[in-house]
Amino acid sequence: MTAATANASSRRRWRISEQTRWAFIFLLPWIIGFVIFTAGPMLATLFLSFTKYNVIRPPTLIGTENYEHLLTDRRIPLALGNTAFYALIHVPGVILISLLLAMMLLRVGRLSGFFRTVFYLPSITPSVATGALFLLLLAGNGLINRALGFVGIDGPNWLTDPDWVKPGIVMMSLWTLGSTVVIYFAALKNVPLELYEAARIDGANGWQSFRNITLPFISGAIFFTVIVNTIAALQVFDAVFAMFFGSRSGPVQNSALFYTIYLFQKAFRDLDFGYASAMAWILFLIILVITLIQVRVSRRFVFYAGDEK
Amino acid sequence: MSRRPAPLALLIVSTLIATACGSGQGSSAPSTAGGGASTPGGSAATGSAEASSSAAASGKPVSGTLQVGAKYGCKPIPCKPEGEGAADEIATTRYDVFAKNHPDVTIEFTESDFNAQQFLTAVAAGNPPDVIRMDRAIIGTYVAQGALDPLDTCISDFGIDMSQYREPAVAAVTMDGKVYGIPEFYDSRIILINDSVVTDAGLKPEDIDTSNWDKLSEVNQKLLKKDGNKVTRIGFDPKLPEFLPLWAKANGASIISDDGKTSQLEDPKVAEALDYAASLIKAHGSAAAFLDFRGNGPGGKDFFGPNNQFKEDTLGAMPMEQWYLNVLASNTPDEKIDFQPFKDKTGNPISFSGGSTWAIPSSAKNKDAACAFMKEITLPDTWFAAAKVRADKRAADKAPFTGVYTGNKLADEKIFGELVNEQTAGNYLPGVQLVQQTADVAFSLPPNGAAEQFQSIWQDAVNRVLNEGVSAQDALTQADEEAQSAIDSAQ
Repeated sequence: MTAATANASSRRRWRISEQTRWAFIFLLPWIIGFVIFTAGPMLATLFLSFTKYNVIRPPTLIGTENYEHLLTDRRIPLALGNTAFYALIHVPGVILISLLLAMMLLRVGRLSGFFRTVFYLPSITPSVATGALFLLLLAGNGLINRALGFVGIDGPNWLTDPDWVKPGIVMMSLWTLGSTVVIYFAALKNVPLELYEAARIDGANGWQSFRNITLPFISGAIFFTVIVNTIAALQVFDAVFAMFFGSRSGPVQNSALFYTIYLFQKAFRDLDFGYASAMAWILFLIILVITLIQVRVSRRFVFYAGDEK
Repeated sequence: MSRRPAPLALLIVSTLIATACGSGQGSSAPSTAGGGASTPGGSAATGSAEASSSAAASGKPVSGTLQVGAKYGCKPIPCKPEGEGAADEIATTRYDVFAKNHPDVTIEFTESDFNAQQFLTAVAAGNPPDVIRMDRAIIGTYVAQGALDPLDTCISDFGIDMSQYREPAVAAVTMDGKVYGIPEFYDSRIILINDSVVTDAGLKPEDIDTSNWDKLSEVNQKLLKKDGNKVTRIGFDPKLPEFLPLWAKANGASIISDDGKTSQLEDPKVAEALDYAASLIKAHGSAAAFLDFRGNGPGGKDFFGPNNQFKEDTLGAMPMEQWYLNVLASNTPDEKIDFQPFKDKTGNPISFSGGSTWAIPSSAKNKDAACAFMKEITLPDTWFAAAKVRADKRAADKAPFTGVYTGNKLADEKIFGELVNEQTAGNYLPGVQLVQQTADVAFSLPPNGAAEQFQSIWQDAVNRVLNEGVSAQDALTQADEEAQSAIDSAQ
């Protein structure tokens, strides 16, 4: 390498690092916030998860006792089971219904803006308000059972029958799928129309066009929403808490005991912040593993513009 | 490691928990203060001359700023609180009496009732209120964690006469022989009977007798109504899960030992009581249908309003805290309601007592003023001044006045002796008188270090019996193990 080439290379590196420096300057507020409010607390709770800590007294190191207790606490599998049940119904439900709504939006022409607003409005409703609203809707003589009554179905006790509590919660959660609809709508708008025309000329029917054109083009959006909705489902808290844990006692608390609600109870009801920290870390690891699996699996199905496959 | 819990530590834990809780808008579980339910929004009133004079002898002089962990609703006091979050006249009148008699004390209110999250954050930050108001049922948790001061010095320095407070209320705030709270309100339970429903079923109020379980089951059957799988009228609501301790006591058992250190949930008598009380619910069909109707059916969904279950005739009878008399008197003053005591199986009246207490956090800065405050707002004359304001307000509204149920026996004697009579209480006078009688035979659960957890565990067991078909003995045996573990851990 000549001296001139080396100098040029050095200047290029300088230019790159200058850009990077500016990037970091612009990112600095977020980085500071992340370190103080997310990364720092996470590391601290990792420490606290090995302690007995009630906030009032200093933490005391107890080794892995909290993690060992997790293995014997009968409410942990209950809470994990409830959460998994919810996630397994909620996530596919959100994906399918949102996709359906987004595809319908494409066909309503000028009214799409109006309907996008309508679909999105529930997403900006406070979760606690949503919970309160669905307490009314899901009551034995509420609107949902009355509607079922019109078609001859004797609706269940959504709020008090343990078998129907979680389906009721899922129903409530599907009310707030506006964000996913908007993402799918944007993704669908980016599918080149000429591909559909070509497919039609080649004799493809609707399903074939959807399967071979639409799905690959929006697979990135689907992948993103699957991950985001899965994480949100595993962390479901506020609306359910407002519905079933707002008062001292509720008739079906076991059925609605989701993992984060139990975590909250251990921290702020039982003042066992060390155990709650351990629970938080286990949830973090569960989410991490599920997300990694999803990323791994997605390599087979997700198509990005510019990909060779 | 610092000796004091760092505020940052709480911030850290809260942040991770909030992160785990998704959007992190979890509202805390509300803490319900005991009785004394009242209509909010009354005008603030200054204390009576009597209250002022009695309060002058409050022990030693106090000054400085006093942070009170309760709501008032406006400032500077005295003022007229309005709207959501306004304290009622029973509270503001008593606070005003203290303020008037202690001009050297600047009082600041936190403007919210006790909330575990807020309190712990304030403790961690080294700035808790000087005096807090909380449910007696949960005080044990905070005592066990060292968050509250014993009041020995406060009681002796300020000459607080603990004998004036009702014994079950004092017992509920006493741990290992030390008093940690000054009782405020005092709940007790009697049976409220819907006269028209009972008459419609061809029964008399005396037939609602909890000492004869077989007969009560028959009465329940006569009172309840069903339409297929739907409940259309509740017969006798045993008020599970909350009233399990009362049913256990009626069967000669207690769910926890007197010293609060041993769970007794596995006592077969407790299981027998739970089995029986649950059977009253299951007689309506399914527990799910019953519970839905209780919460959302006609009447039930307007429990605190004019279209309550007594007005709608959707309930035969139920045991209930006495504060509900105030609700009924305010909303359905003309409804004919009968009253019976809750009896044990030997026929003796019993009652289960709860309510609120005032306490001083360990890290409070102005403990003397806090002590003077607790003493003065629970003095008989101060209570009477507040009750008089309420009585006058009710009279102006042409509504019945059913009294104020305090943890202070002398205050109750004065209030019910001078302010409550047939003219002021109307149809509710027999109920008021019965509450007074049963208050003397009430019991309270002793405090324990895992108070809220213990309560959650036994209520969970009741719910499993009602909803999951688990036998009472199995559910309570499992609950007993968990409860004992929680109590031991807290100790």
